[in-house]
Amino acid sequence: MQPWFVEFAERIDDGDPFYLACEECGAAALPPRSVCPDCGTQTLEERSLSGTATVAASTTIFSSIPEYADDTPYTIVIATFDEGVRLTGQLRDVEEIDRGETVAVDVESRGEDAWLVTFAPTG
Amino acid sequence: MSVQIAGVASTPFGEHPGSSTRELFTDAALEALEDASLSPAAVEELYVGNFIGDLTDDQAHVGAMLADAIGAQQAASVRTESACASASSAVRSGVQALEAGDADVAVVGGVELMSASGLGEVTDALANAADNEYENEAGLTFPGIYALMAQAYLHEFDATQADLAAVAVKNYENGVSNPLAQRQEETTVERVLDSPPIATPLNLGDCCPITDGASAAVLVSDAFADEHGLETTVTFAGSGQSSDSLALQDRPDLARTRAAERAAEDAYERAGISADDVDVVELHDCFTIAEILAVESLGFFERGEGARGAVDGETAVGGRIPINTSGGLLAKGHPVGATGVAQLVEITKQLEGRHPNQIDDPSVGLTHTVGGSGASCVVNVLRTGGA
Repeated sequence: MQPWFVEFAERIDDGDPFYLACEECGAAALPPRSVCPDCGTQTLEERSLSGTATVAASTTIFSSIPEYADDTPYTIVIATFDEGVRLTGQLRDVEEIDRGETVAVDVESRGEDAWLVTFAPTG
Repeated sequence: MSVQIAGVASTPFGEHPGSSTRELFTDAALEALEDASLSPAAVEELYVGNFIGDLTDDQAHVGAMLADAIGAQQAASVRTESACASASSAVRSGVQALEAGDADVAVVGGVELMSASGLGEVTDALANAADNEYENEAGLTFPGIYALMAQAYLHEFDATQADLAAVAVKNYENGVSNPLAQRQEETTVERVLDSPPIATPLNLGDCCPITDGASAAVLVSDAFADEHGLETTVTFAGSGQSSDSLALQDRPDLARTRAAERAAEDAYERAGISADDVDVVELHDCFTIAEILAVESLGFFERGEGARGAVDGETAVGGRIPINTSGGLLAKGHPVGATGVAQLVEITKQLEGRHPNQIDDPSVGLTHTVGGSGASCVVNVLRTGGA
């Protein structure tokens, strides 16, 4: 995995997740970016990201890539944080989840410098 | 100065065990050149789409390899790569070379050999079109990405899985009459709904197959056509290409393809037309939901109304706006790096009046090709006219 993602995941693991906020237009983005995807300025600043998010969409995967072939079926979630960024991860603790439910973000180690983003219901 | 389509060809799509990227593309390119009444010696530029050959064949430098294979070592040769839109990018490059006056004859094409690799290896290779860290490493497959888009769409617009299946039913029916199609059999809504789940809400029947195939088209300048007495029927009218965030998670609306909207707007403006002027379309239905999103992005249906197209018959061969008369990616097949030119081949045949599912007297046709989950989109417009 790329060094920027390892840092991003390790910060989640440390309980100190972050995102990038544009000082010019207020847009929210995820690393690795130096240019704001909305206004094009180079004024992105690192900010703290809340640990919970809202489910925007989910799918249960029955046929997968070799790395995850033995794990099927598993569910993937895209969740939206209050700060505006979205993140993709695997669902934990339950098999399915509805749009709009609140989930907490975490990461799991998958070997040296390899991390998997996960979400679990907070309720 | 306009660009004429002088010849087109596709190989049969499906499984070609024992064949190779070189052999498949050579078959398509030589047939297209024969269709144009030209020899490989006339080719000045070769642009060829190929997406996963590095991984499946252990072979890069595909442009030169294929110039050599088709007997056109004299040509400038480049492989274009925009994931599943690679061949449509090749078309743009060829058109731009001719419009710039740099050349008079270009072969544009694409080729992909997928079936020789195992399903897992191919799924892994195709996943390279997605964002590696944020999507693949999370275990999100390509069908999974489209499944997330489908779930967002079904939730937002109150459409159903049966509405998705109607797209497959329509395109399979079109594929029955296409002798080059991989799937030449009908299906039903029930059969799609009962097929094994791949990534909910998408079932196997919602997904295009793994396909080997190649396509090629010969582009010539007006001046060359006049000078060599080539009679052509189809003229390149305009093109648009745009990008979006690589990862689906970074798009504000999961059920909307903004690159396609921008590419279509640009292509319509360059061609001097609007969506209402288009008579026949080949678009990127890699999954059933993709056709619904595409017909909305291209302006044929309002947002949230795209699912009506196949359900009400508006996108059928005899409908208001016939979509994927070839069978589309779902039935014709999807050799990923070749698809954009395969679509151009089908539209050219429609405009020339020699398509197996011929519609009445079309004058404007359009191709729409998507790379990844929508991070690339190319729209090419063709019209009757010729030289």
